[in-house]
Amino acid sequence: MTAKRFERPLDLKNGRIDMTHGSGGRAMAQLIDQLFANAFDNPALAEGNDQARLDAPAGRLAFSTDSFVISPLFFPGGDIGSLAVHGTVNDVAMSGAKPLWLSAGFILEEGFPLSDLKRIIDSMAEAARKCGVSIVTGDTKVVEKGKADGLFISTAGIGVIPSGINLSAKHVQAGDAILISGPLGDHGVAVMAKRENLTFEEEILSDSAPLHDLVAKMIASGTDLHALRDPTRGGLATTLNEIAQSAGVGMRLEEQSIPVRPSVRSVCEILGLDPLYVANEGRLIAFCAGKDAEKLLKSMRAHKHGAEASIIGKVVEDPRAFVEMQTTLGGQRMVDWLTGEQLPRIC
Amino acid sequence: MKYIEEFRDRALAENLAATISKEVQPGRTYRFMEFCGGHTHAIYRFGLPDLLPPEVQMIHGPGCPVCVLPMARIDAAIQLAQMPDVILCSYGDMLRVPGGKRMSLLKAKAHGADVRMVTSPHDAVVLAKETPHKQIIFFAIGFETTTPPTAVVVKQARVWNLKNFSVFCNHVLTPPALQWLLESSANAADGVPPLDGFVGPSHVSAVIGTHPYEIAATRYGKPVVIAGFEPLDVMQSILMLIRQVNAGRAEVENEYTRAVSREGNVKAQELMRDIFELRDTFEWRGLGFIPNSALRLREAYADFDAERRFTLAPSEAKENPACQCPAILRGAKVPTDCKLFGKTCTPENPIGSCMVSSEGGCAAWYSYGRQRKTA
Repeated sequence: MTAKRFERPLDLKNGRIDMTHGSGGRAMAQLIDQLFANAFDNPALAEGNDQARLDAPAGRLAFSTDSFVISPLFFPGGDIGSLAVHGTVNDVAMSGAKPLWLSAGFILEEGFPLSDLKRIIDSMAEAARKCGVSIVTGDTKVVEKGKADGLFISTAGIGVIPSGINLSAKHVQAGDAILISGPLGDHGVAVMAKRENLTFEEEILSDSAPLHDLVAKMIASGTDLHALRDPTRGGLATTLNEIAQSAGVGMRLEEQSIPVRPSVRSVCEILGLDPLYVANEGRLIAFCAGKDAEKLLKSMRAHKHGAEASIIGKVVEDPRAFVEMQTTLGGQRMVDWLTGEQLPRIC
Repeated sequence: MKYIEEFRDRALAENLAATISKEVQPGRTYRFMEFCGGHTHAIYRFGLPDLLPPEVQMIHGPGCPVCVLPMARIDAAIQLAQMPDVILCSYGDMLRVPGGKRMSLLKAKAHGADVRMVTSPHDAVVLAKETPHKQIIFFAIGFETTTPPTAVVVKQARVWNLKNFSVFCNHVLTPPALQWLLESSANAADGVPPLDGFVGPSHVSAVIGTHPYEIAATRYGKPVVIAGFEPLDVMQSILMLIRQVNAGRAEVENEYTRAVSREGNVKAQELMRDIFELRDTFEWRGLGFIPNSALRLREAYADFDAERRFTLAPSEAKENPACQCPAILRGAKVPTDCKLFGKTCTPENPIGSCMVSSEGGCAAWYSYGRQRKTA
């Protein structure tokens, strides 16, 4: 029997984070024990060491890091906890990897309600469980009131890439088809609407979702897949420009093939946003050999996270690396990099 | 939003494009200026130049409130923001605009100034009520569209008897700028043919009505068609302008009847007259000083006038002499004629007024139309 370490349990109803929760002393140990270890429960974490000891899998690893500063912490369709898991899983999965392990660092502001922290931790644990990944190591720091905004989360993720899979923006080439897994802008608009206290007849939910299973199905479709990327900050437009630049190719899009929900389009009109630049957290862009486009599309549409997938354009030779689009009206326009900042603190 | 989709219908656009091509007289050019940045943005965002015959040239006017604000006024706003115990509230699109020495409100904020982005002046006056120990200054910019909301909050500040709220007023007026363009287009010494007509503002006209434009038709013989901001509105207005030119008519016509009347919003006009008076002259970035073209608070509301309440040092900011914005705004040059365009002057690092907002002619050209060889 282990010794009873704490006289009183955490007050998860009315308690608040104070400076002792980051001091390295007993209060911190209790917070980690009762909140984090309890929720994230897995053998590597349970060992209670400063590091997770893991068996190295065969094959190449994908390793990614991410941080989350979204405001508000809770938004329609998710919260910073589930978002942190999905965002990290997706960054790993865009290499074709199966995500295995995550780390999570928490920067907490003095005064942050323990009830909110518990909600976020539980949501993170639930998201990780659904993704089949383990949060195997973590860290907690507390800063004085006013030095942070409630809670920031920093993560890293490791996954293993199946043999024979080699996805990279550098492999995108003229003749490739460009596919998107679903409608654009849900996440950014959901967060913005919440922040601005806008209400609509039909609530817009963030698209925050893990995409590794969809990726596995796409790989299994046997199509000639060249690259995957999730269009988060800067949206579809910025992501396509990054890839065009990296691969030294141009892209030609068809505006009418780019899915955007009518409700999202309406909000964008009201707020003066362009859905092409709004952040997504549960969408991916795929590049595959043109001949395989329909087959890949079919495999994506068979998955719940790709049900509204669409072929939106093609890759062309263009040393200027321009992304251009035929508009719904039939004219041509550039789709340029995002200038400035469209929505701050969106993830 | 079905209401919007109807004004973006491809089949209708193709029909309109065909009619425009049919009615354009061979060998004749039609040089039309869209005054408003909102129209410039719509033209490029929807790729309208591809739907218009080469005889129709669209010239991008100065109707972008962010673009026309001179560097000296931006420097003044930065000075205000840097004063102790001041919170400067600004519309978001002003934050990146460079004043002198490449300084902007965004950079001033990073250096410690308290600059807040607001979506309405109401947010600023509420902040003043809730923060009595700070001076709240609202950085008011814009044409007749954003002026009535500023007037409303000045009235509100009086009702609440606020001692810590003021407005840095930069509201400008459309008709004097239009007249300046007509004068300078008619008297251009550089051999550039005069403008053939104007696509008139949407939202501004909803406030001021169509009658202030009548001078363009009567004194300068130029047609004006007030147009909505949707791409089909713009195309329909271009067709109406072509028909006027072909028939030798010069009238003010209204395509945007769903929002604009001849008299406009009389209540909003009265409100503006209550609070504001004309300035003798005001500098427009890219155009220079234009008499009677801007507003300031009336003496009765002097307490709420940031320019009267705070002492501002004069700005020494100078425009880059290579910048071609004045000629571009007159339609004498296109953005690609400027040596700075796309090189030292980009949306990330704007030098001239036309590059500072996505509604400016150079920025719209750069962001949406760069693939084309010429304007």
